[in-house]
Amino acid sequence: MNRMGSMSAKLGGVNYSHKYTPPLLITGILLAAHLSFGILESYPKLITAIVASFATELMLHRLIVGTWRDLSSAYISGISVGILIRSPQLWPFALCAAISIASKYVLRFKDQHIWNPSNFGVVMMLLLAPQSVAVLSIQWGNNMWAMLVIWIVGSISIYRLRRFHICATYVISFLAFALVRSWISGDPYLAEVAPITGPMYQLFTFFMITDPKTTVHRRWGQYVVIILVAFVEMILRLNEAVYAPFYALFIVGPLAMMLELWWDDRNNTGGAGDGANVSNASVSS
Amino acid sequence: MGSNKNKNILLIAFFVVLLATPFLISNYEKWRNASDTELDRQKALDQYGFYVEDVTREWGIDFVHQAPALDKKLSHIMPQIASVGASVSVADFNNDGLQDFYVTNSARETSNALYKNLGNGQFENVAMELGVAKVNTRETGVSMSSVWADYDNDGYEDLLVVKWGKPLLFHNEEGEGFTKVDMPEFPDWVNSNTAVWFDYDRDGLLDLFMGGYFDESINLWELETTEIMPESFEYARNGGRKFLFHNLGNGNFEEVSKAVGLISNRWSYAAASADINGSGYPDLVIANDYGVDELFLNREGKKFASSGTQAGMGFAPKSGMNVTFGDVMNSGRLSIYVTNISEPGVLIQGNNLWVPSSEDSAKTAFQNLAGNFGVELGGWSYGAQFGDLNLDGHLDLYVANGYISAEKDTDYWYDFSKVAGGNKTIISNAENWPDMEGRSLSGYQKNRIWLNDGAGKFREVADAVGGSLELDSRAVSFADLNDDGNLEILVATQRGPLKVYKTVTREEQNWIGFRLEGTQSNRSAIGARAEVVWDGKRQVQVVQSASGFSAQNQRPLHFGLGEADQVDRVILEWPSGKTDTLKHPEINKTHAVTETSAQS
Repeated sequence: MNRMGSMSAKLGGVNYSHKYTPPLLITGILLAAHLSFGILESYPKLITAIVASFATELMLHRLIVGTWRDLSSAYISGISVGILIRSPQLWPFALCAAISIASKYVLRFKDQHIWNPSNFGVVMMLLLAPQSVAVLSIQWGNNMWAMLVIWIVGSISIYRLRRFHICATYVISFLAFALVRSWISGDPYLAEVAPITGPMYQLFTFFMITDPKTTVHRRWGQYVVIILVAFVEMILRLNEAVYAPFYALFIVGPLAMMLELWWDDRNNTGGAGDGANVSNASVSS
Repeated sequence: MGSNKNKNILLIAFFVVLLATPFLISNYEKWRNASDTELDRQKALDQYGFYVEDVTREWGIDFVHQAPALDKKLSHIMPQIASVGASVSVADFNNDGLQDFYVTNSARETSNALYKNLGNGQFENVAMELGVAKVNTRETGVSMSSVWADYDNDGYEDLLVVKWGKPLLFHNEEGEGFTKVDMPEFPDWVNSNTAVWFDYDRDGLLDLFMGGYFDESINLWELETTEIMPESFEYARNGGRKFLFHNLGNGNFEEVSKAVGLISNRWSYAAASADINGSGYPDLVIANDYGVDELFLNREGKKFASSGTQAGMGFAPKSGMNVTFGDVMNSGRLSIYVTNISEPGVLIQGNNLWVPSSEDSAKTAFQNLAGNFGVELGGWSYGAQFGDLNLDGHLDLYVANGYISAEKDTDYWYDFSKVAGGNKTIISNAENWPDMEGRSLSGYQKNRIWLNDGAGKFREVADAVGGSLELDSRAVSFADLNDDGNLEILVATQRGPLKVYKTVTREEQNWIGFRLEGTQSNRSAIGARAEVVWDGKRQVQVVQSASGFSAQNQRPLHFGLGEADQVDRVILEWPSGKTDTLKHPEINKTHAVTETSAQS
């Protein structure tokens, strides 16, 4: 196995593909958070999101492509929706998961989907059904150590997928822009930093902005896009958008993708950055 | 080619349907009620069986609540901290058969009011002359709520004033005045919003539970630190402790919370008691802000077992504000309604309606069916009460909403959510909270009147029956103030007036009431259970002290009967364990029933 060239490894005779790292990671974080703090409001909601995600993926892939699809990507979308969406009702979980998956098949540019599926689903639910839906915005427990463990384990796992630079760039940008926001709004710096200490940002940082299928391939481009996401988030935050990071990614992500796809097509080149291999083998959440 | 095109059309149609569905579901209830936004009395009577009228001024009630002005270190978030204290509790303090009520004020040197029912459609504030007005002082703190009960079984309801400060117990001198009781057992300082009188050991003497909100070491007027806020928005355990004062008789109490296992430092906002599992002993349900609801099951008067998780109530942490019991299905079993926060697009906790989920009444298990019943999304909800407003034989639900109505068209939610999501080192320090700058936070919200259709659904009718109210409502009580068989609605609002709504129902609707008096049981009969059986239906209600948020309903139990002209029987189970049965009691009357000395 040369670097990440081959995305699978043999562990004791069992083939392990690195595309399963994100699903395992998110499951690990979920289990740790639930067993520590009981963050899942109910199992039925999570299961509803995952099942709806699976069903939509299977149905649409069979209908459009004509084959059955590996469900690791749908699993991440389902579990992300199950954690991120907060509603006392069951239907938002099913619909958000279905919308997330369906967006991959409908909203395409040059034969590639351009929105991170769960980002798209969450934003649509916030826009279409604000009376019934909110997003996880409070913390999992209040223990600093638990938060640090999640950040460290998440960072190591993402580092092994060669996406850590994206997370680090985002966190540094957020902290820097928080300083600007504090200066402009006059609110305490810690108040501006507070959101990133919550679980919403752990999921956002590890699973949304690093999604290989909906991030640009050039490494320098990834830096630029992530800084742009953080910048747009700052603008939205200054305009008091509670779920600013989701909206920022919703706006910046597809534009960057379209620009890169257009540029590649024009020059008839494939994105050849470090992330390309990861993109081919990793999963889309 | 054609096949691909068809597939794409199908795919896009599927996607459009997917996107349209949440929009339609989410707005369905709003559209359904869009036509019923104005009161037409005849239409309200025909369609819903009742309407309400604001009679506050007409009945001579002019109370306006004032909030506390706390330490200047909190001035940037003062409306948020000083957001409670408006309360109302109903009692017939002079035993004249008419329901009176006590309301609290929360600024230093302001007066509480005791409105005496004169029986002629007028009320008179007699708090000053009876000695229960001047209780809000620098030395002893200010009022947050009150709760009535006859703790010494002398036949007159005594008054406990719950405070951010030193709690006060007033002995009722035969309805002619009140005397402050020296209570060395009470803490010197407690930041409490809730207290419940109940006879946990069934010895015939009422004991007192008191739940803390802020930690009792904190004096909010003279802060030593700004680290007073919850350590988490959903998992906070740095609130006030719990107290249980065991009534030893002769005016003596003993604090026994640790001995009986009533230990919790969650931020308790409301509590109420009823026998949840049919053990014969009253249990305790606590609604906690920044955390899960708690259920303490009473183990034969010796211990309390924290059973919320096992019962299915202890999983989803929310912002609990209220505890109300109601037999919403006429099944003979009590459901529990706990209010929380719902703000569109920001925080959708949903209120909880904990409905018994096991057929076996001895097995304590609940399921939150608020969504199924349609009583989930209120707003920033506080007090709630069940009562049969239209006398159709099914318990309806009133829910008070609205947190801070400051400057219109402003919103503090963004800043609030920013910090609420932070780690405990950030959220717990008031200094880190952005300045509210006069902004509203879930303000100008309407209260809800949800009408029970008896088939498992509630419908919102506040506008249509004239009960729409947009003030920052806190406590809600039900009482038949004009003795006409209908329940009036009393709403205490923060920094606003106490509102009283008279209820008018269709003439053909019938009702029955019971004023219970214990002999072997506590004289207030708190904990007594009445099951009324009529016309193939049955409904259970329990005599309580505190109910809702900072509120207390009238002591007599009140049952609507619809158009039925006869009650088959009434089974009364007293806290002592005795049972009395009334056969065919007269309807449209409140019966005074005294616990028999022998088993009947």
